Amino acid sequence: MDYLNALVALANFVIVPGLAYGAQLAIGALGVTMIYGVLRFSNFAHGDTMAFGTAITILFTWLFQSWGISLGPLPTALLALPFGIAGCALLVLGTDRVVYKFYRAQKAKPVILVIVSLGVMFVMNGIVRFVIGVRDINFADGERFIISARDFKEMTGLDEGLAIKTTQMITVVVAIIVMALLFYFLNKTRTGKSMRAFSDNEDLALLSGINPERVVLVTWLIVAALATTAGVLYGLDKSFKAFTYFQLLLPIFASAIVGGIGNPVGAIAGGFTIAFAEVTITYAWKKVLTYVMPESLEPDGLVQLLSTDYKFAVSFAILIIVLLFKPTGLFKGQSI
Amino acid sequence: MSFSLRNTFLVLLVAGLYVLEGTTDFWIFSGSPDSALKMLNFALISAIMALGVNLQWGFAGLFNVGVMGFVALGGLATVLISMPPTEGAMAAGGWRVLLGLIMGAATIVLTVLVRAKMPAGKARVLATLVLLVGGFFLFRWVFDGGVEGIEAINPALFGNIGGLNFGGENYKDYGWMAIVAWPVGGLFAAAAAWVIGKTALGLRSDYLAIATLGIAEIILAVIKNEDWLSRGVKNVTGLPRPVPYEIDLQNDPGFIEKAASWGLDPMTASTLYVKIGYSLLFTVFLIALLWLAQRALSSPWGRMMRAIRDNETAAEAMGKDVTARHLQIFILGSAICGIAGAMMVTIDGQLTPTTYQPLRFTFLIWVMVIVGGSGNNFGAVLGGFLVWWLWVMVEPLGLWIADVTTAGLDPTNWFAVRMSEFGAHMRLLTMGIVMLLVLRFSPRGLMPEK
Repeated sequence: MDYLNALVALANFVIVPGLAYGAQLAIGALGVTMIYGVLRFSNFAHGDTMAFGTAITILFTWLFQSWGISLGPLPTALLALPFGIAGCALLVLGTDRVVYKFYRAQKAKPVILVIVSLGVMFVMNGIVRFVIGVRDINFADGERFIISARDFKEMTGLDEGLAIKTTQMITVVVAIIVMALLFYFLNKTRTGKSMRAFSDNEDLALLSGINPERVVLVTWLIVAALATTAGVLYGLDKSFKAFTYFQLLLPIFASAIVGGIGNPVGAIAGGFTIAFAEVTITYAWKKVLTYVMPESLEPDGLVQLLSTDYKFAVSFAILIIVLLFKPTGLFKGQSI
Repeated sequence: MSFSLRNTFLVLLVAGLYVLEGTTDFWIFSGSPDSALKMLNFALISAIMALGVNLQWGFAGLFNVGVMGFVALGGLATVLISMPPTEGAMAAGGWRVLLGLIMGAATIVLTVLVRAKMPAGKARVLATLVLLVGGFFLFRWVFDGGVEGIEAINPALFGNIGGLNFGGENYKDYGWMAIVAWPVGGLFAAAAAWVIGKTALGLRSDYLAIATLGIAEIILAVIKNEDWLSRGVKNVTGLPRPVPYEIDLQNDPGFIEKAASWGLDPMTASTLYVKIGYSLLFTVFLIALLWLAQRALSSPWGRMMRAIRDNETAAEAMGKDVTARHLQIFILGSAICGIAGAMMVTIDGQLTPTTYQPLRFTFLIWVMVIVGGSGNNFGAVLGGFLVWWLWVMVEPLGLWIADVTTAGLDPTNWFAVRMSEFGAHMRLLTMGIVMLLVLRFSPRGLMPEK
């Protein structure tokens, strides 16, 4: 029985990766939930919006690297992030002008907008592939670890190591900054308040003189920033590949719905719920249990509830449970 | 009058595109009858899938983005029906796997029953948890042992449970089993659709979309990872087929003589003969399904469906059980996709789980339905043929565009490098633009609902 080692192993394999992945999902889900709250449809193109923003960021990262600019221990991509956001903003604003505006004027049903977003998804996916190709791209540079497993073992003298990657730390820090900014904007500024009013009751908001086109514009800008940030953080932590971003759509939607779609607090809670559920259910618990259980009870299998290939099944199962028992989500979301 | 004239023109146009592919090598066409027939066969399958999606979207307004999952399940059925059983697999663990699956199902049924009987409260939550967790571990214990047994049998060649083909060694002589597998593929898809429909129908429309998106990924994960069932990413190859093999035809003196009388060498004649055989088979299925769908559309049931689609509240006030009707049509539409999926695996001759991509098997079918005309069965079929043609031809078209636009450029130029990959990427771009254009300027499609 060795609780300290068990705790370190747990932190290394479950808590740290879960926190980083949860933060990435939460920022992604915030984007989905903002579009849902203001524009009132589920945006299937969100994964590809993330991919596009990330692709532009990678191009700028390469540009900076070729100029010899770097951030020292931090990845250069952080410096390129604002340019990626700007590129992504141009794309989504262009899309809104060319595609969505027409349907908004028509007051089309939400499901029509969802189908339109499928078309947008195709186009964006095509653009991303054209801009950067379909290869697996690793664009993280700088220091790889804040603390590596070996250093940790030497420092503490424990058997188990705790590794914290720079990208994991950055993810969590950036996520906190993004969320703080977003909530400050939504709750304290005039534009933010008018957005919330528009989301709560469109007719009343229009009556009180809120300009809907301005609200839509600001929403897309925020969505571009959120999507690019989420995409870059995910790409730094793992790697960039156009197709995996499309697959992120399911956990992101699950996060938004589980938290209560249209509700920003819910999106964050949902993101961490889904991430920790995925990590804990697909983690092989043998190591942790061996430390905690008396020797006679040591497990002989891996004690893995589901193989990692079924991680989609986890987010899906949670989604179904929430839909069955609490369709508005953990935090009260909208139901349009 | 002018309306039907327009439709005739559209049909002739699409038919013309296929004929051009087979007869002339002008511009982007290949001029090979073989490639035209191959295209036609896949177009027939796509048209069947489009019929299924049209049933769900066009008739009932249900938004299913899990078509890929149902198609893949159909493919799995082909393996489980038309392949011979692996020798000793049942004894090594087949029964145990079966028992495990039954126990898993029993756990869920028992939980649902207990929940229905017990009053709401802490006791019920506790009972549910105990049943589910206990059932899960019991299931894994029984099931995993069986799986190990099956996967240990000659993993390089088998390692899976096999199918029901009773031909044994000579299973390829029982090619008709493949045709039996097609409707079974439909049954598999229908069963999955029942489960998903039971949980997600009756909620908001985009919840169904997200639920179907999820179930498709899960079905695919199962097919990729459960080696005992489908050999996973090791693929199942050499599936029997309902048409003769080219090599047998080439060795048949009668066939060589016939080929000579057509003025063809035996090689070409045999490949064409096999492809035409598939075309005929698929056409029979397509026409049968089209006829059924047409009958359904014009029957009182079809009118009720459209009434529900156009105004759910009014239909409910008239005493129609909207959720039950939705479930019904969701199952039927998914079953049709399953049938098409089974056909596709048969013509491919193998089940390769990695080829199932949502863009190709879910969203492309949606483009077909929307371009063709949702709510009109003939429109969906037409859309299937037209969009499949486009999907195949966009690649040569992209190469042509790349050639023209980079004609005077240095091959190392940034634009020229990107354009050299353009052909492969243009598919998605074109499909998206076609879909957006149709949605914007002709939202009811080429052949609108009457």
